Amino acid sequence: MSILVNKDTKLVVQGITGREGQFHTLRNKAYGTNVVAGVTPGKAGQDVEGIPVFNTVRDAVEATGANTSMIFVPPRFATDAIFESLGAGIDLTIAITEGIPAHDMMRIYTHLKRGNQTLIGPNCPGIISPGEATVGIMPTDVFTPGRVGIISRSGTLTYQISKEIGDLGIGQSSVVGIGGDPIVGSSFIDILQRFEDDQDTDLVVMVGEIGGDDEERAGVFISENMKTPVVGYIAGFQAPPGKQMGHAGAIITGSSGTAQGKKDALEAIGVEVGTNPTEVAEMVKKRIG
Amino acid sequence: MDLFEYQGKQLFARHGLAVPSGEVADTPEQAKAAAEAIGGTVVVKAQVQVGGRGKAGGIKLAKTPDEAYAEAKNILGMDIKGHTVKRVWVEAASDIKKEYYASITFDRSAKMPLVMLSAMGGMDIEGVAEEHPDALARLHVDPLIGFQQHDARWLIYHAGIDAPAQKGVLDALMKSYEAFIALEATLIEINPLIWTEDDRVVALDAKVSIDNNALFRHPDLAELQESVTDDPQERMAQERGVTYVKLDGDVGIMGNGAGIVMSSLDVVALAGGKPANFLDAGGGSNAEAVTTALEVLLSDPKVKSLMINIFGGITRCDQVAEGLLAALDKLGATLPIVVRLDGTAAPEGRAILAERAPDNVVIEPTMLAAARRAVELAKEAS
Repeated sequence: MSILVNKDTKLVVQGITGREGQFHTLRNKAYGTNVVAGVTPGKAGQDVEGIPVFNTVRDAVEATGANTSMIFVPPRFATDAIFESLGAGIDLTIAITEGIPAHDMMRIYTHLKRGNQTLIGPNCPGIISPGEATVGIMPTDVFTPGRVGIISRSGTLTYQISKEIGDLGIGQSSVVGIGGDPIVGSSFIDILQRFEDDQDTDLVVMVGEIGGDDEERAGVFISENMKTPVVGYIAGFQAPPGKQMGHAGAIITGSSGTAQGKKDALEAIGVEVGTNPTEVAEMVKKRIG
Repeated sequence: MDLFEYQGKQLFARHGLAVPSGEVADTPEQAKAAAEAIGGTVVVKAQVQVGGRGKAGGIKLAKTPDEAYAEAKNILGMDIKGHTVKRVWVEAASDIKKEYYASITFDRSAKMPLVMLSAMGGMDIEGVAEEHPDALARLHVDPLIGFQQHDARWLIYHAGIDAPAQKGVLDALMKSYEAFIALEATLIEINPLIWTEDDRVVALDAKVSIDNNALFRHPDLAELQESVTDDPQERMAQERGVTYVKLDGDVGIMGNGAGIVMSSLDVVALAGGKPANFLDAGGGSNAEAVTTALEVLLSDPKVKSLMINIFGGITRCDQVAEGLLAALDKLGATLPIVVRLDGTAAPEGRAILAERAPDNVVIEPTMLAAARRAVELAKEAS
């Protein structure tokens, strides 16, 4: 019924004792996520409402068998935290942190792609598989279990579109926020492949925005590799060139990375692209309602 | 963060890259003094972050300090493509034998640094790439290995750099990459990188951008950040730490989250209106954040109506509503404000506004309806 996070998820939270880390860890746990451990250097032996805290991720993995990590530490410590998670053999690392330097991400990405581990984010809202588990900061009551997969570079827009789809009586298999930074661990293509392989996803909504060429590459991938239908949305038609629109990655450079260019690229290979979130929901309804 | 040429050159010099000796000047008098100190013929260069300075008359040769004074007087205050020249860079003139091009960019698509080198420098490099693709040597660098001398040699041979200049170009490439890493730059572009009559290789221009996310590790670079915008709202937003971009319409927009704000602009345009700005009040849109955001929006005289689009996730809509009331109380705005609240505690938020908000606050149930209403109200007001 889902990808990436589910009932088998055993979550360790890096930065569990911070204010935000603690708040969201407990919300994730309340939703049903199996939170097995937290990590804060120097705080081994403590617990956060019964969740044991360890000094290192490696210790946490040895003691609890954690297979997924959520990173909630500030940008200046986040690179170290991601490498620590990868080094401890964690299968899936989800980095919520916003503001990790681009040079760090180049190194992390290059290292990551030499192995078989998965990184989602950074600068992302996390993942939810409705009814099973959530890892991150998404408002869970927007989502209902169903058969539509959603991939997005933006948090709030994900909630908006999920709610619009939900209002039409359609739920989600999994919703993945891949993050708004110029370099993220998993691209649209990586997640599209997972949804394509998922028996319980009938359609994928891909929510893109200005900047980079991830949507264009996804278009090529969809036309060559996917049987599952995809509906698209792109934000930022009104964005002027050279200006960063909130996300570090949302910037038109020269003439590349425009919303129109992305929309055209997707439509050229037959992917319908909605002009607003409501229309996207209607397109989904028409396809599978 | 984009740096000015003179800042880039000062950083180059610090990393061992050859640049002409020079000084900054904010007045013609300072330019004259700089020319005297440097000696001989100098070049007076407008410091603006836009291409085409030369064609616009922003780069002039001066044979004497008096000429430097006169040229600086001309150039300071000049408008180059909407940028006012507030500072010039006065540097020793160079005897150019040939102009090359060198750059290191953060290649977002490949997710690694890309080094480019060409023997056809001094011109628009995008044009060179299009018309003479073979003249531009390109090489990606594995960020875990770094840029090695054999990489530099490969580029030099493939770009066709003249034999007597090869050693100098190799040195320039190695030092540029060192600077790229040390400064956590996202761009280092040297156009032209010149081969001089006395066989030196010198950076005659410097375009440097630094990753904003890395500034916490570079307090010295953070200090270089100058406000380059003349726009009053953008300045105000910068000072108060609000994520804001000015556009040229009359519907002011505020939301929580970059994606939903971008989408709001698009929806306003679809409804036949013109967005006045991008403003992301962020996740925790509390009273203070809403007040600050509104202060920026309301200071723009072109704004005729506002659209506030909130999807409450972690943000609670009742808190946003309270924040809005507090802000309006403080600021006393009278223009129409269309509010759309959805998600966490939305019914409570809407109830608070229905009960206590002034008459100019209009509540709409959806993003589309809010956009249409805000556009209508802006048209009525103008």
